[in-house]
Amino acid sequence: MWPGWPGLGLGSSRDSWKSDSREALSPISPLGGWVGSLGSAQPALPASLTSSFSCSPQIRFILIQNRAGKTRLAKWYMQFDDDEKQKLIEEVHAVVTVRDAKHTNFVEFRNFKIIYRRYAGLYFCICVDVNDNNLAYLEAIHNFVEVLNEYFHNVCELDLVFNFYKVYTVVDEMFLAGEIRETSQTKVLKQLLMLQSLE
Amino acid sequence: MRGLAVFISDIRNCKSKEAEIKRINKELANIRSKFKGDKALDGYSKKKYVCKLLFIFLLGHDIDFGHMEAVNLLSSNRYTEKQIGYLFISVLVNSNSELIRLINNAIKNDLASRNPTFMGLALHCIASVGSREMAEAFAGEIPKVLVAGDTMDSVKQSAALCLLRLYRTSPDLVPMGDWTSRVVHLLNDQHLGVVTAATSLITTLAQKNPEEFKTSVSLAVSRLSRIVTSASTDLQDYTYYFVPAPWLSVKLLRLLQCYPPPDPAVRGRLTECLETILNKAQEPPKSKKVQHSNAKNAVLFEAISLIIHHDSEPNLLVRACNQLGQFLQHRETNLRYLALESMCTLASSEFSHEAVKTHIETVINALKTERDVSVRQRAVDLLYAMCDRSNAPQIVAEMLSYLETADYSIREEIVLKVAILAEKYAVDYTWYVDTILNLIRIAGDYVSEEVWYRVIQIVINRDDVQGYAAKTVFEALQAPACHENLVKVGGYILGEFGNLIAGDPRSSPLIQFNLLHSKFHLCSVPTRALLLSTYIKFVNLFPEVKPTIQDVLRSDSQLRNADVELQQRAVEYLRLSTVASTDILATVLEEMPPFPERESSILAKLKKKKGPSTVTDLEDTKRERSVDVNGGPEPAPASTSAMSTPSPSADLLGLGRPTARPHPPPGGGLLVDVFSDSASVVAPLAPGSEDNFARFVCKNNGVLFENQLLQIGLKSEFRQNLGRMFIFYGNKTSTQFLNFTPTLICSDDLQPNLNLQTKPVDPTVEGGAQVQQVVNIECVSDFTEAPVLNIQFRYGGTFQNVSVQLPITLNKFFQPTEMASQDFFQRWKQLSNPQQEVQNIFKAKHPMDTEVTKAKIIGFGSALLEEVDPNPANFVGAGIIHTKTTQIGCLLRLEPNLQAQMYRLTLRTSKEAVSQRLCELLSAQF
Repeated sequence: MWPGWPGLGLGSSRDSWKSDSREALSPISPLGGWVGSLGSAQPALPASLTSSFSCSPQIRFILIQNRAGKTRLAKWYMQFDDDEKQKLIEEVHAVVTVRDAKHTNFVEFRNFKIIYRRYAGLYFCICVDVNDNNLAYLEAIHNFVEVLNEYFHNVCELDLVFNFYKVYTVVDEMFLAGEIRETSQTKVLKQLLMLQSLE
Repeated sequence: MRGLAVFISDIRNCKSKEAEIKRINKELANIRSKFKGDKALDGYSKKKYVCKLLFIFLLGHDIDFGHMEAVNLLSSNRYTEKQIGYLFISVLVNSNSELIRLINNAIKNDLASRNPTFMGLALHCIASVGSREMAEAFAGEIPKVLVAGDTMDSVKQSAALCLLRLYRTSPDLVPMGDWTSRVVHLLNDQHLGVVTAATSLITTLAQKNPEEFKTSVSLAVSRLSRIVTSASTDLQDYTYYFVPAPWLSVKLLRLLQCYPPPDPAVRGRLTECLETILNKAQEPPKSKKVQHSNAKNAVLFEAISLIIHHDSEPNLLVRACNQLGQFLQHRETNLRYLALESMCTLASSEFSHEAVKTHIETVINALKTERDVSVRQRAVDLLYAMCDRSNAPQIVAEMLSYLETADYSIREEIVLKVAILAEKYAVDYTWYVDTILNLIRIAGDYVSEEVWYRVIQIVINRDDVQGYAAKTVFEALQAPACHENLVKVGGYILGEFGNLIAGDPRSSPLIQFNLLHSKFHLCSVPTRALLLSTYIKFVNLFPEVKPTIQDVLRSDSQLRNADVELQQRAVEYLRLSTVASTDILATVLEEMPPFPERESSILAKLKKKKGPSTVTDLEDTKRERSVDVNGGPEPAPASTSAMSTPSPSADLLGLGRPTARPHPPPGGGLLVDVFSDSASVVAPLAPGSEDNFARFVCKNNGVLFENQLLQIGLKSEFRQNLGRMFIFYGNKTSTQFLNFTPTLICSDDLQPNLNLQTKPVDPTVEGGAQVQQVVNIECVSDFTEAPVLNIQFRYGGTFQNVSVQLPITLNKFFQPTEMASQDFFQRWKQLSNPQQEVQNIFKAKHPMDTEVTKAKIIGFGSALLEEVDPNPANFVGAGIIHTKTTQIGCLLRLEPNLQAQMYRLTLRTSKEAVSQRLCELLSAQF
């Protein structure tokens, strides 16, 4: 049980976050399409990941992965080709999943750092510059998770799978062009409900 | 979308990868038939199928259709259909120009629609894709949307960040203008969401155009002031766990870090803000939730960054330091980590250096007890940063003891740091020597060459420590198992200064020698080579052990060692010890002269390892502030760790080069004299040989070399990968050439790629006569260098030695290829990999004559293709390089610029080295 996680495991007959991590042991991966081949040798740095501070977005990418490494959301704020994306996804998983609760929520990653937080079976990871504000992004993750929780009424991993196209909308309301766009939960939810009513 | 949910469930229920692929293929076939069907699909179905395709793509499968349907969705009037269309486009960006035009058109319509929802979708799409085409289409429009009075707040937020994205990808397309001043005023906007988005945009623009955005400083300060002084409920929606607008505060504090401290009026206000933030950190928390403290501390850490950035308010710096000091013992690992990291930068400020130092015990404790290696790493960094003369012995000792258990991943870095600190803050160099020997003992494997080179440099440069060093290494070598690096240091130091301890019967010359030699057989070749040099130095230092050493050198294991370096040293040293007089020995084997003072190679290595910023900044900032931050006496002269010198070369006087002898004798020529058996040496290339060589690149016949005695002419022919060259040697004198020996020399790089066969010529060339030599040539693989023709002969009583480059160049194996314009450009495009293209822009060295140029290109070997290049002034060529192993297609294009008297030459071939070489060769022709 994670402190600060609103409404985890309460109510609803749907799968909770945890039940999906059990399901993740099955041989195929419903979303993301890859498991394994972790911890391999560090591949060469993609040129795009080396660029300097001022002309790059603060956030390089946002990833939501489960413990088995299945990607539940990948939002890229820089141009990567598909192979690079795949490598990054695998590396992030390898780096993040070995850490325990006594570790910090920050981990050096290539020339960057990953700010991450685990909610039940899901890792929410944000890749930023080494001199970016760790705690601000750590709480940006939590703010995002609280919005998801409100929007999906006790969110679980399956909500993200079946409503993947809505999750992108939530992300875009809160983060845009690699920057924090809106932080007010009330404002974001109001906008999301308005959009929902258009369906 | 029920169909989508069913499909996703199906996929999740698949029991194997094969089943999943089967299900996906079935779905793809279904979607394809729907898209191709006669019946026009309604918007809902189209949306559903496009969404399914997107899902399949996100599973990791390729999608090669559906783009058009997605683009169609963009012009729907229903939000949900439009949204799926835009999402598909954002995720599967396609540089298909046809589609980009359609997409841009749809975006344009939505931007003009005045419907905030549609405008938002369009802006988010631009912000996600951010391509140059989009920047071209919309960079002019978006600033207008951003500053227009009637734009909705949420659209403004999106427009600000959308513009930021375009500015990052194509700054040239986003010109500053009237809008810039109005953007700055968005900092005053009522809607904090707009301010949040605008602050990011302004920060980035201000970094590039500080002058234009200077007014943002005072606006940011007053906005920040209003936030930090507000009651915790004032900002309503923007209060997060009782912290008012934490993310906006962080962004504003970052914006202020683009500028120096503001002028006094604004500065006072800013200082008040920063003090308020520091005060709030001391207040009891308003909530026990971690979110509350995280948000509060996010602002606090950013404020401390700004305080450090300004580095002008001693009071604030010390307060910041005290605040961080409290965090050092906080129960949250995150805070301990961040406090260590932040304190590192505080340590470099003269105002807070002393305050940081007071936390030394806590930091040392962190080194011992932290569970997360990254936290321990930060502790090491901080100890390094806070180290000065007063605490160096303690810090170095703690680091050494930590090293025994340190994680392997950070050992090398700790070794470097210990070595640097020990040198920099050594009050007496015996401590330094002890420290380095300890380093080698504890973590020998992690002691890089730079570290042990450096200890030798210092010992050699400081005579007060030499005796101590000799004694200490001698004692350290007594250990039954010692690290090879210790043997190296020991061998070197005893070879130089063993005499200083030889008076003690416990370390007599023979004992020293036996001690070193007992390690010899366990060492690697480079160490053994070094020890052999030590032995010959001993011969000079201690004549009494000369016979013992000669016996060792003479043994088969040395004289016939399989390793040439060892064998050569054994042979040469043995010979030297036998033939040279005591005087010569003493000169040759003199003590090493002091090394020139220069930047510590260790520091250079640490910089390389950590990236320049972390280390240099620290050093430079300390130095710039002429105040002696670290206190204590002036650094000793040999502590040069931070002095920069013209060439911070990483090795120690060439010690790093594998074959260089570690003891280059100061009286350079002597060794050569001793061993000189007048071996024939190849002469350096004859002067002018380069020019002559270049002349043969585009022709096959002519005179290659001529002086008063000798003329060398060439005639050659090439076909595919084979060639034959006739070399004519003409004796211009009336006297015989004797022992006339031409030799063809191919370097090691060239040898495997080029086969040359020839027969020796008659060793006597009569006066006025000409002899001919035939060389058969085979090109095995592409090559860069040219073979060298060396000719040696006796003329009268003198020995003549001439070397010239033989013009056998890669382009000789060209076969011209004619092709039509279309073919040419098709192939040109195929060779579009950046490595395949080599381009050179150069000034014309000869008059720019079209006919001459054409002749040269044909002479170069490629076909000259007419009417291929749309510009008739350009020259285009094509051909195939034949080698035994492969054939390499080559395309070339030469663009003359008559006004500038310049050429641009572009070569594209399937092999990088070939493109490179051909470009070099041909560039030299014009």
